[in-house]
Amino acid sequence: MNKRGTSNALKWFTNIGMAIVCLIALFPVIMLLISSFRPSTELMRTGISLNFDWSMLNLDNYTYIFTQSAEYWTWYTNSLVISAITIVLSLFFSSMVGYALAVYDFKGKHLFFTFVVFILMVPFEILMLPLFQMMISFQLVNSYLGVIIPMIVAPIAVFFFRQYALGLPVQLMDAARIDGATEYGIFFKIMLPLMAPSLGAMAILQGLGSWNNFLWPLIVLRSNDMFTLPIGLATLLTPYGNNYDVLIAGSVMTIVPIIILFIFFQRYFVAGLTTGGVKG
Amino acid sequence: MLATNQTAETASANKRSNPLLNFLNSKKVVPYIFVSPFIISFIVLTLYPAIRGIMMSFQSVLPGQVEFIGLANYERVFNPTFYKALMNTSIYVVLTVVILTILPIIFAVILDSKLVKLKTLFRASLFMPTLASTIVAGMIFRLMFGETDSGAANQIISLFGLDPVNWRYHAWSGMFLMVLLCVWRWLGVNILYFLAALQNVPNELYEAADIDGASIFQKFRFVTLPFLKPVTIFVVTISIINGFRMFEESFVFWEAGSPNNIGLTVVGYIYQQGIQQNDMGFGAAIGVILMIIIFIISFIQLILTGAFKRGDQ
Repeated sequence: MNKRGTSNALKWFTNIGMAIVCLIALFPVIMLLISSFRPSTELMRTGISLNFDWSMLNLDNYTYIFTQSAEYWTWYTNSLVISAITIVLSLFFSSMVGYALAVYDFKGKHLFFTFVVFILMVPFEILMLPLFQMMISFQLVNSYLGVIIPMIVAPIAVFFFRQYALGLPVQLMDAARIDGATEYGIFFKIMLPLMAPSLGAMAILQGLGSWNNFLWPLIVLRSNDMFTLPIGLATLLTPYGNNYDVLIAGSVMTIVPIIILFIFFQRYFVAGLTTGGVKG
Repeated sequence: MLATNQTAETASANKRSNPLLNFLNSKKVVPYIFVSPFIISFIVLTLYPAIRGIMMSFQSVLPGQVEFIGLANYERVFNPTFYKALMNTSIYVVLTVVILTILPIIFAVILDSKLVKLKTLFRASLFMPTLASTIVAGMIFRLMFGETDSGAANQIISLFGLDPVNWRYHAWSGMFLMVLLCVWRWLGVNILYFLAALQNVPNELYEAADIDGASIFQKFRFVTLPFLKPVTIFVVTISIINGFRMFEESFVFWEAGSPNNIGLTVVGYIYQQGIQQNDMGFGAAIGVILMIIIFIISFIQLILTGAFKRGDQ
C-alpha cells in the first residue's frame, strides 16, 4: 500500500514536471503567436512583453503583410522555389548515389563511400569563400542557381539512402532483368518506389534545411528581390528596420509550409532521424 | 546466379542492337553513371574549393589581382580578435555539448518510463522549436530579452526581485542568449535520438536488476547508460562540429558586430573578413585553421571511441 502511494506521488511529480518543461519550451512560440496580434507600434516600444492589453489584439499585422507587403511575398516565393528545386534535385541525385552504393558491386565502391563519410565531416563553412569566388566567376551570384548548386548532392542524404537501400530485395532486380528491363528502368520503376519511406524522411530533412538555410544564401544573394525569407526577415531586425508588423506576422507565416511538409511526411520523420544517427 | 545474369544479358542484347545503349546499360558501367553526380559534385564542390581555399589562404585576393604573399595572412590571423572569436566559440561548444547531452538523456529516460502519460504530446511539444528557423527563433528571443523593463525576460526576473538586464550588451548574458537559443532549438531532436536508443535496451535486464535489488539510479547507471553510449558519442560529435560552425545564433542577435565582440564566432570572423571586408585570402586562412581544429577534434574523438578498431563497416 505504502509503496504504491509513493509511486503515485512520483507519477504526479514527473507528469507535472514534464508539463512545466513543455510549457517553457512552447512559451516563446505562444508569445510569438499572441504578439503577432498586437499593434506593431506597441511591439516596437516594449518588445515581447508579458503584460499587454488584451483589448488591443487585432489582425492588423496580418492584414498588412497580406495586402501591403509585396516584398515579403517575393521573399516567400524565392524561398518556396529554392526549397522545392533543392528537395527534388537532392532527393533525385542522392538516392541514385546511395542506391548504387548499396546494390551494385563495382571497383572503387568503398573509396566512394569513404569520401561520402569524409565530406560529412567537412563543414560547409570552410568551403564557402572559395565557393563564393567560383560563383562570381560563373556569374551565379544573386541567382537561384547559385544558392541551389552546392546543395544538390547532400552527403547526409547519400549516407541515409545507402543505409535504406541495403535492405532492398535484390532478387527483384534479376527478375526484372530477365524481363528485359534496363538498369535505369529497374531503379526508377521498381526500386525507387520501394524507397518511398526514405524519400519522405529526406524530403523533410532537406526541406527543413533548405527553407531555414541562412549563411550561404546570405553570401550569394545580393538584392532585396532575390532574398529568401530568413535573410529578408533578418534585414528587418536591424536597427534601421522598423517593420515590426511584417517581421512578426511574417515569422508566423514562415512556419506554415514546414507544418504542411511535416503533416505530409511525418510518419517517416522519426525513422529518418534515427536511422541516420544511431546506426552511423 | 550466373545463369540468370547471362539470360538477362542475352535477353537485353536481343532487344537492343545499338552498341552504345548496350554499353550504357551494362552492369559494369551503370553503377558509375549512378554515382557520377556524386563524383562530379565532390570534385567541383568539395575537392576543388578545398584546394583553392588553401591556396587562397596564401594569397592576397583583390578583384582582378591575386598575389602570392606566403604566410602573411596566417601571421595576421593570430590577433586578439581571432583569439576572442575562438574563445567565444570554444565556450559555446563546451556549454552546448554538456547541456545538449545531459538534458536530453534525462528527458528521454523520463519519457521512456512508465511514469509519464501523454508521451506523444510531451515529445511533440519539445520537438516543436526545431521547426522554427534560427532567425525566427532568434527574433522571438531578441524581442523577449529586450533591453527595456517591459521585455518578457526582464519582467520575469523582476518577479524574483532582480534588476533588469541589458541582455545583448554583456559578455555573460550574450553567451547565455546564444546557448539558450541553441538548446531551445535542438533539445527535442536530441531527445528523439536518445529515445530511439532506449528502445534497444532489453526489458529483461531491468527485471534482473530488480531481482538484485538495484535502486533506480543503479539501474540507470549500470543498465541504461551503457546502451546509450553509441548515441551519446554521435550526439557529442555532431554537437561539437555544429558548435564550431556556429554563426546564425550570433548574427541574429547582433548582425554585423557585437559590443566588444562578445558574440563573435570563428565563422562570424570568416564572414566579417572574407565577405564584408572583402579580404578573402585572410578569411580563407581562418577557414583553414578552423578546418584543422575540426579535423583534430574529430580525429581525437575517433581514437577515443575506438572507431578505428571496428573495421571497414
